[in-house]
Amino acid sequence: MKKDIYILGLETSCDETAAAIIKNGRDIIANVVSSQIESHKRFGGVVPEIASRHHVEQITLVLEETLHQADMTFSDLDAIAVTKGPGLVGSLLVGVNAAKALAFAHQLPLIGVHHIAGHIYANRLMKEFAFPLLSLVVSGGHTELVLMEEHGSFQVIGETRDDAAGEAYDKVARTLNLPYPGGPHIDRLAAQGQPVIDLPRAWLEEGSYDFSFSGLKSAVINTLHNAEQRKQAIKAEDVAASFQQSVIDVLTAKTVKAAKEYRVKQVLLAGGVAANKGLRAALEEQFAELADIELIIPPLSLCTDNAAMIAAAGTVLYEQGKFEDLAMNGYPGLDIEQ
Amino acid sequence: MKVLAIDTSTYTLGISLLDGEQVIGEYITNLKKNHSLRVMPAIDTLMKECEVKPADLDKIVVAKGPGSYTGVRIGVTIAKTLAWSLNIPLSGVSSLALLAASARLYPSYISPVFDARRGRVYTGLYRFEEGKLTVVDEDQNISLIDWCSRLKELKEEVLFVGQDVLLHEGSIRELLGGQALVRGDIFSAPRPADLARLGLEEPVVDLHSFVPNYIRLAEAEAKWLEQQKADN
Ligand SMILES: [Zn+2]
Repeated sequence: MKKDIYILGLETSCDETAAAIIKNGRDIIANVVSSQIESHKRFGGVVPEIASRHHVEQITLVLEETLHQADMTFSDLDAIAVTKGPGLVGSLLVGVNAAKALAFAHQLPLIGVHHIAGHIYANRLMKEFAFPLLSLVVSGGHTELVLMEEHGSFQVIGETRDDAAGEAYDKVARTLNLPYPGGPHIDRLAAQGQPVIDLPRAWLEEGSYDFSFSGLKSAVINTLHNAEQRKQAIKAEDVAASFQQSVIDVLTAKTVKAAKEYRVKQVLLAGGVAANKGLRAALEEQFAELADIELIIPPLSLCTDNAAMIAAAGTVLYEQGKFEDLAMNGYPGLDIEQ
Repeated sequence: MKVLAIDTSTYTLGISLLDGEQVIGEYITNLKKNHSLRVMPAIDTLMKECEVKPADLDKIVVAKGPGSYTGVRIGVTIAKTLAWSLNIPLSGVSSLALLAASARLYPSYISPVFDARRGRVYTGLYRFEEGKLTVVDEDQNISLIDWCSRLKELKEEVLFVGQDVLLHEGSIRELLGGQALVRGDIFSAPRPADLARLGLEEPVVDLHSFVPNYIRLAEAEAKWLEQQKADN
């Protein structure tokens, strides 16, 4: 009988301090996330130095809670996995150095995980992968279509040329005077409005799977500005609905097209924006008609940053024998295809 | 009693191992190189050389700042995580006290200095009394001009130590004249063996709540507080 594999994951790439223990890359044994969102709200965004300070405050508490939830000690673990990038450098360094200290103290193998690979592998905690698969990654810093032919192999077939979808959400939210973080507020408003304002959709060149959201963002700002000058009342709900519709149209259309072209068996949604109800509903509707492609959408708690996804992705690297030594660093601009 | 001490608060990377009173190993570099990458390999190398295993450790000591925000954070994160996961006590030592300890034989006041830019320094006032380092003025972030006028009141010789002192040597001499002695060479560098010894005298910290002593608020927070004051 094959021995079970237990991996402790750590994630500190942005403003969540998180640790988790995953069995065999699939089962959540413990999953702890300490969010700093309340602390960053007053600044209207994540302040890197403050985020780093919070991580140092939280790191051992989160680890202790994780072992406690799992009712485990270090001797029960097979390896330590940690996000090594991309992310805020000061934040990454806390997780990376804590992970190195744990690996050293208990003589456990050390694994470095790409943050986006983690988001993709959050889906494996729901459903076993079937290759080839396509993942739509949408978060504050990323909008990518990633093709996977096998475990641990990532090919970016489309990415944003300017703003990430999440960034566009935050900027539009700020223009509408919505509190930080703006994404969920736009999603909520959009559900109450109608997409009656004509906004552009950036399809880019024929055949491209790349995205662009800066034109859309400017169009929203111009629309609001013009309405203000003409003293026209314009409903924020309608602005949100129109903006969201434009983003979702492009994301779903390109995802469907790529899924067909690459004949994938599964389509996965990944990243913080995957929490968006409008996007979930649109993808579900589109893929309901494509019976041979399975759509997997993780629950909200696994869409936002967490360490369960890092341990899940780390398990594959463990099985492939891809380990790091104690000289591992944090890499703010890490490439997923490397 | 085996003690591991870690200092990453400045460019100097220092690790030491103590067995009782005996220093069994020390690792020091004075390079502008990446601490995050190098600290754990340095600890590993030194401990292997000294044939001490992680499970043999009885205590961790760390230089808790002030200093480079990132540097101190790396040291404190490693120290906290090691101490927590090995279930052993942790003590923090002021990075300035550690620097002051390099002047152990000096009989009068000691002002250890890290540059804080724009004419400011991180410093404190220390003195050895019967071989024990004592704090006269707490660690602070202060303009060099204000600091020197405070020191003038002492009417006694003050030794400035630390490699950053060289950046301010001219101003110090101008402001304090013969009252100041300046030692900015490598002999006034923090020694990790001193850190371990100082750490033995420090109380054990509450592990989870232990954080670096940055002295300064993050810039965004300072601005936010100022804005709150202005609004009220
Ligand atoms: Zn993320």
